[in-house]
Amino acid sequence: MHELSIAMAVIGQVEEAARTAGATAVHTVHLQVGELAGVVPDALEFGFGLACAGTVLEGARLVTETVPGRARCRPCADEWAVGMPPDLCCPLCGTAADELLSGRELQITGVRFADGTAGGPVLEPTGGER
Amino acid sequence: MCRVVDLQQAVLAGNDLRARQLRADLAARGTTVVNLLSSPGSGKTALLEQELALARERGTRIAALTADLATENDAIRLARSGAPVKQVLTDGLCHLEAGMLARHLDGWLPDATELLFVENVGNLVCPASYDLGETLRVVLASVTEGEDKPLKYPTAFGLANLVVVTKMDLAGPAAFDEAAFRSHVAQVNPGVEVLLTSVRGGLGAGELLARATAAAAGGPVHTPVMSRTGTAQGHLHGHGHVHDHEHPYGHGAHLDGCDGADHPHGHGQSAADRLAAVTAES
Ligand SMILES: Nc1nc2c(ncn2[C@@H]2O[C@H](COP(=O)(O)OP(=O)(O)OP(=O)(O)O)[C@@H](O)[C@H]2O)c(=O)[nH]1
Ligand SMILES: [Zn+2]
Ligand SMILES: [Zn+2]
Ligand SMILES: [Zn+2]
Ligand SMILES: [Zn+2]
Repeated sequence: MHELSIAMAVIGQVEEAARTAGATAVHTVHLQVGELAGVVPDALEFGFGLACAGTVLEGARLVTETVPGRARCRPCADEWAVGMPPDLCCPLCGTAADELLSGRELQITGVRFADGTAGGPVLEPTGGER
Repeated sequence: MCRVVDLQQAVLAGNDLRARQLRADLAARGTTVVNLLSSPGSGKTALLEQELALARERGTRIAALTADLATENDAIRLARSGAPVKQVLTDGLCHLEAGMLARHLDGWLPDATELLFVENVGNLVCPASYDLGETLRVVLASVTEGEDKPLKYPTAFGLANLVVVTKMDLAGPAAFDEAAFRSHVAQVNPGVEVLLTSVRGGLGAGELLARATAAAAGGPVHTPVMSRTGTAQGHLHGHGHVHDHEHPYGHGAHLDGCDGADHPHGHGQSAADRLAAVTAES
């Protein structure tokens, strides 16, 4: 299960950011996961829960946002949702897409730090997401 | 008191950076890496045994590294060719990462190795996400696995520079529908070449070696659509690390790709281009 390796990579990067920011606790980590990234968000959340133990991220929530795959055919000036399984051929002219515009993201997009001592009560953010 | 930090970071940036360094280091030593991915038992080791033996006959300086969760069986089989072989036991990890590969090559990879074949852990999910600094990523599927493999594992097949069908001697008994397989490959990776092989009877013997040798010589390597993430996603991770390339042959060069027709259309980045790109980025 490489979702555990990926969860650990996320944790490593957030730990680094926490050090830089002088934060002692993490409330939420936001992650974009492309449909074509080859990662299962549920498995990632599970791995994240396990791997956070004993780190500054202990108790942190992972919020994943799935990014649909989109491709482009330049000559047709056409863009389409590739779907799953993906179709990377242009629905108008039938040729190969020039580019995958989105869908392979595996990207941390934001971190919400909860200041206070690690392991202490985490303050709910105002206007928090759900 | 909460602070929101707008952290924008590709999760696999660490692996990608390590892979780019490794690709550049190996290129400087004259070594080209071929990364072999497939389900367990698709025939990676069997095909590699054959290609290593042919390479030795032809005097190509070749080496192989094989990764498994457990046992040294693959290395023992591959070593019979006489080529330098290393077994990596991943201790339960389901894929190789660039840093692991680099550590295992350090002090082992013989000088003047032209081609290094890496047999990844048998698994079509996890290894697909990790660039190992390879120039050629080869995804294999045997005829007994079903024609829809490319649709079930679109990331693995979609990022391949070359697709190899194995165990073609069993195509009849398995009622393998070659046209369906090709059209599924074309759907997720239009334009990629599909090679048919069998180590029983030798169909396609030497073809993989020929593709690897051509890539090592700086010949064109197919650039999958899925790795042409261009400018929109910035430099995310991914094999090939493709830049928003212009197509030297124009769009018409792709006309054949989508119907599953198989003839090399040869656009893409040469090894030399890639190296230049790596230097320009770092
Ligand atoms: N009939 C036939 N059998 C083959 C062929 N290639 C491999 N096999 C058989 O398929 C089985 C698996 O082959 P391997 O080469 O060990 O497969 P692998 O992909 O290296 O397996 P892992 O390393 O476990 O992932 C063995 O029993 C091989 O003898 C072929 O071309 N034809
Ligand atoms: Zn895995
Ligand atoms: Zn079009
Ligand atoms: Zn094997
Ligand atoms: Zn092209």
